[in-house]
Amino acid sequence: MTDDITPEIAVETTQERAPLNVAGAMPHIVSDDTTDDLKILLGEFEGPLDLLLHLIRQEHVSIYDIPVARITDEYLRYLRVMQEMDIAVAGDFLVMAATLIELKTKMLLPRDPTAPPEEEEDPRAELVNQLLEYQKYKAAAQMLWSRATVEQAVFKRAEIETDKNNPEVAVGLFDLLKVFQDILARHKEEKLLEIEREEISMAEMLERLRNMVMSSGELNLRVFFERARSRRELVLAFLSVLELVRTTEVKLFQRETFGDIIARSA
Amino acid sequence: MASNEETVNQEPLDEAALNEEASRELAAMVAEAEQTSGATEAEGDDDAPLSAPQSGAERAAVIEALIFVSDEPLSVKTIADVLKEDKQVIGEAVAALAQEFNARRGGLQLREVAGGWQFATWPEYHEHVRAFLKTRPSAKLTIASLETLAVIAYRQPVTVPEILEIRGVQSPSSIKTLLDKKLIVAKGRKETVGRPMMYGTSKEFLMQFGLKDLSELPSVEDFHDLSGGS
Repeated sequence: MTDDITPEIAVETTQERAPLNVAGAMPHIVSDDTTDDLKILLGEFEGPLDLLLHLIRQEHVSIYDIPVARITDEYLRYLRVMQEMDIAVAGDFLVMAATLIELKTKMLLPRDPTAPPEEEEDPRAELVNQLLEYQKYKAAAQMLWSRATVEQAVFKRAEIETDKNNPEVAVGLFDLLKVFQDILARHKEEKLLEIEREEISMAEMLERLRNMVMSSGELNLRVFFERARSRRELVLAFLSVLELVRTTEVKLFQRETFGDIIARSA
Repeated sequence: MASNEETVNQEPLDEAALNEEASRELAAMVAEAEQTSGATEAEGDDDAPLSAPQSGAERAAVIEALIFVSDEPLSVKTIADVLKEDKQVIGEAVAALAQEFNARRGGLQLREVAGGWQFATWPEYHEHVRAFLKTRPSAKLTIASLETLAVIAYRQPVTVPEILEIRGVQSPSSIKTLLDKKLIVAKGRKETVGRPMMYGTSKEFLMQFGLKDLSELPSVEDFHDLSGGS
């Protein structure tokens, strides 16, 4: 019995199953007056049960006594409009269409007169229960929505900076001094011949540091200090690090306690 | 020569002497730093027991301070552990503190959320707070995601096929969104055909929906009448 009705929708089963929302992207579409005498407003339906609930409400019928034939026709009409508008109809909607058609045919069949009346179950019972159950969670979703809205109006304290959540403040001035001291001590051991050379200025040193940090994104300060060829250059190097930290052009951090200090462009 | 020594701070004349001086200063600073850090370490090692709050008022004050600095809602158990006091004593103290604090009806509330206590602004003042912070309400969940979340919240632990049964529609992208937003967590596999994954709500869910715990959710059966089917 169902066979002669199903082909009408079976054509569409080849359509992709993936999309969840039938009219998700386009909440309100009014169909073209020229192709359809009736203006049909397509809402956003979250699934076949949602659409069914909408139709039941629209037709002012009781959920406990659904006029299956009428609702089925309405439902299929909606699906057809969706298809005409090139809205991909999710497989779940087609499954419901099949269920409705099956239900419609069952309602048309004459009841078995020999069966005792108490054993007769309304073929719509399962669908009604499903709708009632879905309706509860739909309402629960609305409740969650309003809770979230209120909660979004409640502001909590912002995170407090601690050593744990911000490694960049973990390097103290003294850690920096220590590295510098190490380098200085090593330089002391190296007895170098003083050769006249061009003096590097503070500005040049700042530029050198900037370039070194920029070029690699990160710079191990040990490497930077070791490039200095004299005590004076070292002092300038040290000062330039302090300067760039002060102007927040670079940030210093350590990967581990007592590890090398890394400069990173801020 | 004497004048030379006096002006040494203004202009670097003798490079060698200057470097020597800088080096000496740095050495002294490093030594000092080591001393101080050594001292603090020693103090930390001692782990001197904090004196317990002397009075009820002091206890309340300490609790207030701890809740304020905590990034997450602070549980009574954690406070009791820090103060080394009985959980019940602390529980009563926090409740009393909250009552007293909230009676003030200032800009802040002390509230219970996700199993802990937290300071937060009252929602009434959100417009001013938003204007100051220059923020807007962030993107809310779609209806599909909210429905899926509602089913998970009330039916947890629940599997994807069970959610499909109730919603009548597949919801893989909703599940993914909820997982990404850390509102739900996987709760293991159900020992049934196909061993589907079970999902439940997270602590983040309680926080984002301002719930003390799951029992604070209104009963789903109560929605029966509200939704007014016919």
